[in-house]
Amino acid sequence: MAKKESTFTSMVLTLVIITTIASFVLATVYNLTAEPIAKSRQAKRTNAIREVLPAFDSLRTSNYLPQTGEDSLEFNFAYQQEELVGIAISTYTKKGYSGEIRAMVGLQPDGTIIDVVALQHAETPGLGDKIEKGKSDWSNQFKGKNPENFNLSVKKDNGDVDAITAATITSRAYCDAISRAYNTYMEKISKQQNQEGEPVL
Amino acid sequence: MNQWKNFTKGFIKENPVFILLLGLCPALGVTTSAINGLGMGLATTFVLVSSNIVVSLIKNFIPDKVRIPSFIVIIASFVTVVELTMEAYLPSLFNALGLFIPLIVVNCLVMGRAEAFASKKDTFSAIIDGLGMGLGFALALTMLGGLRELLGTYSLFGYKLLPNAGDGMLVFVLAPGAFIGMGYMIILFNYMKKKA
Repeated sequence: MAKKESTFTSMVLTLVIITTIASFVLATVYNLTAEPIAKSRQAKRTNAIREVLPAFDSLRTSNYLPQTGEDSLEFNFAYQQEELVGIAISTYTKKGYSGEIRAMVGLQPDGTIIDVVALQHAETPGLGDKIEKGKSDWSNQFKGKNPENFNLSVKKDNGDVDAITAATITSRAYCDAISRAYNTYMEKISKQQNQEGEPVL
Repeated sequence: MNQWKNFTKGFIKENPVFILLLGLCPALGVTTSAINGLGMGLATTFVLVSSNIVVSLIKNFIPDKVRIPSFIVIIASFVTVVELTMEAYLPSLFNALGLFIPLIVVNCLVMGRAEAFASKKDTFSAIIDGLGMGLGFALALTMLGGLRELLGTYSLFGYKLLPNAGDGMLVFVLAPGAFIGMGYMIILFNYMKKKA
C-alpha cells in the first residue's frame, strides 16, 4: 500500500483519529487503575500513621494552618476506647536540599515525639536519604524527646540534634518539618485549653 | 534481514546508551542503583515495543508531514499507561522511578526507533527491534546502576556486600559519578564492539 499523501484534510483527519483513540485508551486505563492507585496511596498513609503511633481503634482527621508556611497540616487524632493516645501529623518543609520533604510525626498528647517517618523526599541518594528509616537509624534520635526541653535544631546551630554527616541542610530541613508539626499542635492545644480548661480535640 | 542479528544488535554492536549515545538523560539520572536502572530499562522496553508495533502497523496511513506528532501522541499514551499501571500495582518501584517515567516520552531512543526503524519495516521486525533495543537499554542502565551502587555504597541490588567497609565512594552515587561511570562504560563497549 502506498504512503498517504500529505494533504491538509488527510493530515488533520489522521491527527484527529490518533488523538481520539489515544484519549479513549487513556480514559479506560485511568478508570481501571483509579481504584488501586487510591488504595495504595491510602495504604501508604495509614501505614505511616500506624508506624508513628501506639495501637488505636479510631482516627479523626482535620487540617490546621501552621504559623509559618502556606499549606495546612493534616492532623490525625488517634483514639483507643475514646481516649486520645496520640496525634499523627503529616508535615512538610520546603528547606530540603532538593525540593520538598514530607514526613509523618507522631506526638503524645503532651507533645512528646513518639516517632518520625519520612513520607516523600528527593534528597541526595547515599547522603540526605538517610532520613529514611530503612536507610539508617538517624531518625531514631527523635524518639521519646519532648521539644520543650530538646532543641529541635542541629548541633551546628546550637541545637540538640546530631546532623547527618555531609547532609546538614537535609538535617536542618527535617528539624524544620518536625518543629512545624510540634509548634502547630502546641498552639492548637493552648488555644483549646484557654477556652475549655482541658484539651478536648 | 536475519531476525537473530536484528535482536542482538542492541546489546553490544548498537547498544543504545554506550554506542549510539541515545537516551542519556534517564541513563545518567536514574542509575543511582542497579534496581532503579533495571526498572527504568524494563519500563522503556515496554514502551519501545508497544510504540514500535503501533507505528509499524499504521505507518501507511500516516501522511509524512504529520508523522512526528503522531508518533509522539502514541509514545506519550503508552508512557501514561505505564505510569498509571506502575503506580497502581508496583507502588514501591513507582516511588523510586515515578519522577523519571514521564521522561520516557522525550527519550530520543523511543522516538529514534519509531522514526528510523518501525516506520520503514514490517511489524515482526519492529517487535524484535524494540525488544532487542529495549533490553540493550535495560542492560546498559543496570550495568551503570550496578557499577555506581557497587562503588558508591558497596552493595548490589540493595544487598550490602562489604558490611564493615563503611559508606563507599560517595561521588559515584552523585551526579559526577554518573558521568565517570558512563565514560568507562563507553570505553568498554567500544572495545567489545571492535573485538566482536
